[in-house]
Amino acid sequence: MTQTEILAKLTEIVRPYSQESTAMEHVSMETDFIKDLKIDSATLVDVVLDVEDAFGITIDNSAMEKMTNVANTIAVIEDAISRK
Amino acid sequence: MNRRVVITGLGVVAPNAVGIQNFSDALRTGASGISFDPELEALQFSCRISGTPTFENTVLESVFSEIERRNLQSTGFVYGVLAALEAWNDAGLSIETAHPRWESGIIFGNGSLGVGKFRESILQIDALQTRRLGSSAVIQTMSSAVSAYVGGKLGLGNCNTSNSSACATGTESILAAAERIATGKADRILAGSSSDSGPYIWGGFDAMRVCTFKHNDEPEKGSRPLSGTASGFVPAAGAGALVLEALDVALERNAPIYGEILGGHVNSGGQRNGGSMTAPNSVAVIRCIQQALIHSGISASEIDLINGHLTATIKDSTEIENWTQALQRSGADFPQIQATKGLIGHTLAASGAIETVAAVLQLKEQFLHPNVNSEDIHPEISNRIAVECIHPTKKLHKLDVIAKASFGFGDVNACLILKKY
Repeated sequence: MTQTEILAKLTEIVRPYSQESTAMEHVSMETDFIKDLKIDSATLVDVVLDVEDAFGITIDNSAMEKMTNVANTIAVIEDAISRK
Repeated sequence: MNRRVVITGLGVVAPNAVGIQNFSDALRTGASGISFDPELEALQFSCRISGTPTFENTVLESVFSEIERRNLQSTGFVYGVLAALEAWNDAGLSIETAHPRWESGIIFGNGSLGVGKFRESILQIDALQTRRLGSSAVIQTMSSAVSAYVGGKLGLGNCNTSNSSACATGTESILAAAERIATGKADRILAGSSSDSGPYIWGGFDAMRVCTFKHNDEPEKGSRPLSGTASGFVPAAGAGALVLEALDVALERNAPIYGEILGGHVNSGGQRNGGSMTAPNSVAVIRCIQQALIHSGISASEIDLINGHLTATIKDSTEIENWTQALQRSGADFPQIQATKGLIGHTLAASGAIETVAAVLQLKEQFLHPNVNSEDIHPEISNRIAVECIHPTKKLHKLDVIAKASFGFGDVNACLILKKY
């Protein structure tokens, strides 16, 4: 799976959590979930669960802590996929 | 009280209607909210009828986001939020605010909240899946779930809390709100209560044999307050909400005014003198009603209508006896009395709020909802008060003052006095 494919899939996962629809239009590697997309920090755990389901992976607690922006999240997903 | 307190908004999710206009219509026509409950049958309950509110999914979509609607298992939370937001809108108040509204608060109670959500969580935890609970388990099951959610939506910056006193919860919340406004600590409080629906909240009552099991084949006849054939309450659920405001604040913004809260009282019988966890100490009930009158500055003779607790158990006769003693009125001199539970069943922690909403609507629109399923009045009731007090044969000449009381497990009592504005 390419980075572009992961980004596209991740964008759709994150979309309903975002309270900033305009920012959702240009999600990039630099996008921050809380600052840019205004996602309630409490619901980040739900984003992680959705990512696990969508990619068929398991994300441990320390990897989860890094998942606050797109770049880190994609890195975590790539790492988990490579270890499948 | 020093500041006068009025009701400026109402919201309701009741077994026989959702929304104020529908509820008013259902009350006038005496529409029943009780129906056969297949889930209770499947789980082999003794009582297989219930009063469960029903509404389209679009109602949920109008309030909760797509994410919030996922895994939304806490019915009491849903009912409470819907009723509270309806009341706020009904009062002509805006949702959006840039800053906290320091003079507006919320006191919204429940008995226990989100048992359906708890069940789902417990099953996941026992399957070693705690990490997969997600963020919604806590916010749907904390007792303050409704007040917390609504407080955030509306930017309420005054008190934000949740009370609990079993079946007296709703009436207690309204009185607490009124007192906070009367003493000048707030201008406006959203008050009310809600209760979950479903087998996991009602099971304990079924086990105590306090629910009727004699009307599974005729649901609408099942809830029989004041009746000689009453055989237990019908479990029900929902939510009621009221916006209470200082009169001066309401007048200043030209708010609609449904009626005035003159005052009230809460107390407990201490589980002494015949009182227990489940039975009332009559001395305390009588005292609660009398203190409510004193606090409201009116005499017993001024009460036109009582909206009773009247659950359709053997305690209905005791309640009537307590009212006659508290008011020193009996026979044809007794006020009109009504049991809203005949229509909607016992909505438990929500009952005080839903039934107060019913009382306020009748006060504002000047009508009496019929007492249903009490054609065969219990002899211990008919020998204390006239039949006309339950089934009036002519139109009531005035409906100015209503006494609303609720009683709950723990030997707790609450009584409110409402007046036409």
